[in-house]
Amino acid sequence: MVFAYLIATIGLVQGLKFMGDPARAKLGNMLAAASVLVALVALVIATGWSHLANVFLLVALLAVGTFIGNIWSNRVAMTEMPQLVSIFNALGGACAVVLGLNAVYGMGTPVDTKLLGSVLILANLFGGVAFTGSMVAYLKLDGRKLPRPAPVQKVLARISLALLLIASVYYLVMPGDAGFYPTLLLAISIVALLYGVFLTLPIGGADMPVLISLLNALTGVATMMAGLLFREPVMIIGGILVGATGVLLTLQMCVAMNRSLAGVLAGKFAGSGSAKPEGEQDIRSITAVETASMLAFSKQVAVVPGYGMAVAQAQRECFALQEMLKQSDVDLHFIIHPVAGRMPGHMNVLLAEANIPYASVKEMSEVNNTMEHYDTVLVIGANDVVNPAAENDPDSIIYGMPIIRAHKAKQVIVMKRSMAKGYSGAVNTLFDRQNCKVLFGDAKESLEAIINELKRI
Amino acid sequence: MDLSYTITPIDGIFVLALSLLLGFEVIKNIPAVLHTPLMSGSNAISGIIIFGGITQLLNTPLDHGWTLAAASLAVLLGAINLAGGFFVTHRMLSMFVVKKKTNKPSKP
Repeated sequence: MVFAYLIATIGLVQGLKFMGDPARAKLGNMLAAASVLVALVALVIATGWSHLANVFLLVALLAVGTFIGNIWSNRVAMTEMPQLVSIFNALGGACAVVLGLNAVYGMGTPVDTKLLGSVLILANLFGGVAFTGSMVAYLKLDGRKLPRPAPVQKVLARISLALLLIASVYYLVMPGDAGFYPTLLLAISIVALLYGVFLTLPIGGADMPVLISLLNALTGVATMMAGLLFREPVMIIGGILVGATGVLLTLQMCVAMNRSLAGVLAGKFAGSGSAKPEGEQDIRSITAVETASMLAFSKQVAVVPGYGMAVAQAQRECFALQEMLKQSDVDLHFIIHPVAGRMPGHMNVLLAEANIPYASVKEMSEVNNTMEHYDTVLVIGANDVVNPAAENDPDSIIYGMPIIRAHKAKQVIVMKRSMAKGYSGAVNTLFDRQNCKVLFGDAKESLEAIINELKRI
Repeated sequence: MDLSYTITPIDGIFVLALSLLLGFEVIKNIPAVLHTPLMSGSNAISGIIIFGGITQLLNTPLDHGWTLAAASLAVLLGAINLAGGFFVTHRMLSMFVVKKKTNKPSKP
């Protein structure tokens, strides 16, 4: 039992380490899964076979859960990956809440010390917020209509947060009266569930990667707390690894947007109004035919994909374009901003799905100082991440955010559906530049038109 | 042979502190290309909370209906999270690997 746990722990850590290395990531995932399985079998053996019927029930439940998980994970399209990750995360959070309440109400697990009591409170608190938060995130990502965040919701969020803090502190200082504990735990769980909704409702759009990472971290912390309660080191370690991953990704995403976590959670940009009056922008539009000839006469082309590409499902057309251009010796790179899309690394997954070679996908920092080498940059469904105002207009609300310097390239073509602004609402000064042209229309249709034109050339 | 062992919550806090440091060390400097698989993979690992459900389920007599139902629900939720997370991570990572074998890296 102890050895099995030791092996599982080492496997988990090593597996997670492998997952940070592109060549061994797949192995890492399998290693982590195998480790969990080993620990799971050891746990069942150690807990005992005294109730044989329970073991049968357990195996049946595990089989059903695995089956459902397998079906879901195989049916969902890659563009819907953020939704799926959110759903799975919500289930983990819900599991924590059910466990915590059942421990007190059903099992009568002795919560005899303040330490255990606090641990259980925190497990349910984080689990509850992660559950409803992830559900709201799922609905948002899925494009469902949600009630517009009203100012009252912000007040409610503050009130519930205050209630949670007061209840937790009250528990710590109140004299030992165990009879009160279950009610307190139930109340905290309910408020935590509400808080999850209030917290996530105002967050949307380009802030989703931050939110998803944060919710992931919360589930990890809930798991860790549950591990302290159940005295299972594997749970503690697993939970903390998840928590650390989530926190690191959250912070990375915040840095990539030059925003504070508090600012993201408040659901708005730090600078309130846009400093520039919304003057007429001098926009030069371009047709797909002209774009095609421009691409054909380039040597180095780069594509900057954004969430718009995912919406238009245009990743396969991107691959087709790359193949097409390769025939005429034009090199096509993809440059990915860290927060492009709706979850960390979203664009990379989509491009990988479309078979685009890993070597042609560049991170922003790799190429940003040599952008002038690109003859043409094609911006597909991205806006704020290529807005030069972030670098040269201290009045812009996105000033200071790291951007891909598409404007430094010889020519920029922005594929847009309309002149709508990006998530930040900032005026994109890229369109004012002489080297920038806009190709209006659906990204997928435009790309198809370009490819057809290239075939004729 | 007694197969069971327990740790005290204090032991747990030691484990917690050390694995926190370890966690940050292990996963810092992850390339952006792996952010999504890493997230869904770690999401799967957080499904390990199912262990709590298993403990509860195996220790509940069959005639404690509600308790058993709650523990079963926890196990089911955890199992979907755990299995689904690993499956979907595998599916994602397979795309990365296949592509690397079939395409020669183009020079930058």
